[in-house]
Amino acid sequence: MGASAGRGDGISERVAAFVAQQEGLDAVRVRASQLRRLAGGASREIWSLDLELERDGGVERLPLVLRRDPPGRVGDGGDRGLERRVLRAALAGGVPVPRVHWGSGDASLLGSPFFLMDRVAGETLPRRLLRDERYAAARAAMAGELGAILARIHALDLAQADLAGLAAPPRDRSPARAEVERVAAGVRALAVEPHPVLDLAERWLLERAPEPQRRALVHGDYRVGNVLFDETGVRAILDWELAHVGDPIEDLGWLCTRAWRFGSPLPAGGVGTREALVEAYEAASGSKVDRDALRFWEAFGSYKVALVFITQSRVYLDGRVRSVELASLGRRTVEAEDELLRFLRGEA
Amino acid sequence: MNDRPSASELLAAVERFLEEAVVPALDGPVRFHARVAANVVRIVAREIETDEEHLAREWDGLSVLLGAEGEEPPRDRAALRESILARNEELSRRIRAGDADTGAWRRAVLEHLSRTAADRLDVSQPPRPAREREGP
Repeated sequence: MGASAGRGDGISERVAAFVAQQEGLDAVRVRASQLRRLAGGASREIWSLDLELERDGGVERLPLVLRRDPPGRVGDGGDRGLERRVLRAALAGGVPVPRVHWGSGDASLLGSPFFLMDRVAGETLPRRLLRDERYAAARAAMAGELGAILARIHALDLAQADLAGLAAPPRDRSPARAEVERVAAGVRALAVEPHPVLDLAERWLLERAPEPQRRALVHGDYRVGNVLFDETGVRAILDWELAHVGDPIEDLGWLCTRAWRFGSPLPAGGVGTREALVEAYEAASGSKVDRDALRFWEAFGSYKVALVFITQSRVYLDGRVRSVELASLGRRTVEAEDELLRFLRGEA
Repeated sequence: MNDRPSASELLAAVERFLEEAVVPALDGPVRFHARVAANVVRIVAREIETDEEHLAREWDGLSVLLGAEGEEPPRDRAALRESILARNEELSRRIRAGDADTGAWRRAVLEHLSRTAADRLDVSQPPRPAREREGP
């Protein structure tokens, strides 16, 4: 976290002025207040703020979330403009997502590209979902709900203008194979030590890389940590910055990846069985899920998690960020390797 | 030989200080990082306790896999680490060459890697605070 990352730095005033200009209102008619940093890591910032627009004799109050790249840093989490368009396409396709109101790629406004969307009421901490009694009903239904929502995401028409420009593997290549090769290249570039388990996993995965039954919009980070929920269940799917074109089963496998179970014995995000997830997905999409492909993508999830740990510990080892958290993450690589070994031994 | 408290006993004091005095006095991201720091201290303490045994086991396992059973392990800890690293490079190279794709050697490799992974997990023991966040 940079020295200024936790402070507002005049964000409220600048957001208010930007919205006034966008809406053709007098600057004094728009006020932003209650600015506070919500979360976000090195590649993005999330702020909460309330906006008041005075027009036509009334006052509109909008609880909003501001999402922006950290100023002065090239965001490695994707293109905000593209994320905005994907959110718009998802909303139009009946996927529960916050509505985006305004945004700009002009870095002179807030120091970096940003957009403003509705602040949906709810909770995002997976641990609360998995442990709190008040979420028991939501938890019990959630694997099915996530399966059905995912079917809607994968049904979005890739030909629509809002989804143009998404990353996609070449037409003649299996997205699964392309993904394994991408992670393998990352491991080779960033690991400071040999990782024989990851070498074995790479070969195992390449041998099993499925040909997709179809290509679809893949959310790219579909896990309970990116679900906004309340007692009634899913309120919104968040964090679309890794959306891309690929094999839809990738999202199902990532949701089942061990790192996102938070110690729960239930494989689908820690909240349900694979069958509950897959049955709901199949019922909503009308297409069968290849179980071998799902197994591949679940194993691939741990392979990717290993690279995440290696990448983060490398950031620390290179002295770029001197965070105790980053320093500790290299020691978690073994968790992903341990899970990969279960697949390699034929136990998963 | 240094006087008591030993390194492990000193680390236990730091860990207690972080958990009992520092963490409760903080909130927000700094509180989270203080808990991570306490966990890092626990990792180092467990490593001090188990390092010798784990390194010996890994060296022995690699000796069997790479057909170097006659070799004496280096006495010096740093040299032993270097030697294990070099052997793991060799293991990786052979895996990438396809030597572990099938057969008895694959089974032996998996057994060895599973054992060393279990040893490393014993030291790292997935930390509670880190798990409370969104994962990696």
